[in-house]
Amino acid sequence: MMASSQANSRVNSQLTSPVNGPVRAVHSPAGRGLGLGRLFTSHPIAVRVLSLGLFFLIWEIAGRIPISYAFPTFLETLYAFSSLLLDGSLIAAYGSTLQPLVIGVAISGIVGVGLGIVMGLSRKAEWLVAPLFIVLQSAPMAALIPLITFVYGIGLMAKTLAVIMLALPVIVLNGYKAIRNANPSLVAMCRSFQGTRLQQITKVIIPDASPVIFAGLRLGLAAGFIGVILAELLITPTGIGDLITYHRSVANYAEMYAAVVSIILVSTLTLAALEAFEVRVLRPEKKRG
Amino acid sequence: MTESTAPVHAVPRTEGDSAVEVRSICKYYGDIEALRLIDLDFPRGKLTTLLGPSGCGKTTLLKIIAGLVEPTSGDVRVNGKAVTGPGPERAFVFQDFALMPWATVMRNVAFGLELKGMGKAERQSIARHYIAEVGLTGFEDKYPHELSGGMRQRVGLARAFAVNAEVLLLDEPFSAVDEQNRRKFQEDLLQLVEKERKTFIFVTHSIEEAVYVSDRIVLLSRRPSRVAQIIEPKIDRTASPDAIRRDQGYLDTVEEIWQGLKHYVD
Ligand SMILES: Nc1ncnc2c1ncn2[C@@H]1O[C@H](COP(=O)(O)OP(=O)(O)O)[C@@H](O)[C@H]1O
Ligand SMILES: [Mg+2]
Repeated sequence: MMASSQANSRVNSQLTSPVNGPVRAVHSPAGRGLGLGRLFTSHPIAVRVLSLGLFFLIWEIAGRIPISYAFPTFLETLYAFSSLLLDGSLIAAYGSTLQPLVIGVAISGIVGVGLGIVMGLSRKAEWLVAPLFIVLQSAPMAALIPLITFVYGIGLMAKTLAVIMLALPVIVLNGYKAIRNANPSLVAMCRSFQGTRLQQITKVIIPDASPVIFAGLRLGLAAGFIGVILAELLITPTGIGDLITYHRSVANYAEMYAAVVSIILVSTLTLAALEAFEVRVLRPEKKRG
Repeated sequence: MTESTAPVHAVPRTEGDSAVEVRSICKYYGDIEALRLIDLDFPRGKLTTLLGPSGCGKTTLLKIIAGLVEPTSGDVRVNGKAVTGPGPERAFVFQDFALMPWATVMRNVAFGLELKGMGKAERQSIARHYIAEVGLTGFEDKYPHELSGGMRQRVGLARAFAVNAEVLLLDEPFSAVDEQNRRKFQEDLLQLVEKERKTFIFVTHSIEEAVYVSDRIVLLSRRPSRVAQIIEPKIDRTASPDAIRRDQGYLDTVEEIWQGLKHYVD
């Protein structure tokens, strides 16, 4: 189904990428060793860029040694990335990868936070459900994914299930711990002003628990990414998993790495968006110092 | 002192004058006996202090009066009505402030009113009044972590004032405040007591603080806590703060409590 785009990428990979120029640009900020401490506190974004830059530089050097025939340089990967992006194959791949991911993470998020809150509030629900998720969280989920195919085949359903299996336990358990550890002093405060149980939950317990709940959602989202990629690699190659499998099979290592890096990129951006949402909606005080 | 010998469940003679009556309160935490047969009356419009060593059960007694903790036996009456839980006629100021970190000063102060379902405009105008009263005008939109300890406790105080309760329960409100601010805070509290005409029940383990702010001091013994002594400092509170702290009555009372503590606590 992706024959044409794959043909294109094969051609692209033959081209050699430009070198030298940008390397110095990446290197130069590292020279300001003295101001590093101050830089770290005053420009957190600059520091992140710097640390990424260093990483890319080491990657570039390692790629040129070369460590292995199958290890492309950073710039080759960057070039492959832009060509995958331009010929539309990356976008097409994400079009199919994101489906089970979005559905799975949405279900895990809603069910997980809901279940976590109920478990945190009620001892009965805790006894009933907590052991299951504690076992699930420590189980080697990746090994269970092939089993899904026996029950749910190889379609969207199976992949969505793989995402849920990886994402749900950590979301549930974080939500439950967050609610259980809500500040008892704030709860007493709410009670002392005759807050109802519902007000106590919605106005005090959940906002107080929200940082940990969101930490669970971020971990769940990251696990969901792992789930969908595993499913695409282990069940049937589609989307980004197909892109990786294909380029590996034809030894287009730069394209393969570009596809892998794109996953990291997409998952990082999604996590940052989630964090921004949390700060904006639930914990405005974190915006300031 | 008649309080400690008042018969259980009898209608107290001071009915009209007591905002809060504590009758035969005992409290066990498992095997630990925190309070033993506490009988106390808290006169209306006065500031009564519960003074005692750390861990003697002051917070426990205050929370029982607030309806936040159940006594093992005995009962508490507010305006003659038995307490079964928190009520609108009592407001609590917490030792650890208990401010919501995600809410601004304004929302924190208005929170008691928000829980009652009062409209936003109305509760904010009331909150603004009390924010001014505790001296925090201009800080309405700050978050608790942007304030000093003393300012945070002023927010807690304003929140308790805002619900217009008759009885204010303050649990070591100044313990997390540095010494300099503490004095200022004590002076401000005296002014607020004068202005608000409410019944204050104040917990502290500082003798000087107790004598400085109180109309009446209840000395509690070590656990299991009992009422050891009740002292009414005779101090002219119209004098300036510095004059009060040099007043002979003030100094004598501090000394008297020291002697009492030696006697009762050891
Ligand atoms: N929730 C609780 N569970 C068990 N013991 C408690 C609890 N709260 C207080 N205590 C015990 O009761 C005693 C009195 O505590 P508290 O009222 O906090 O004293 P104070 O406020 O005078 O320092 C202490 O010994 C404390 O350890
Ligand atoms: Mg205490």
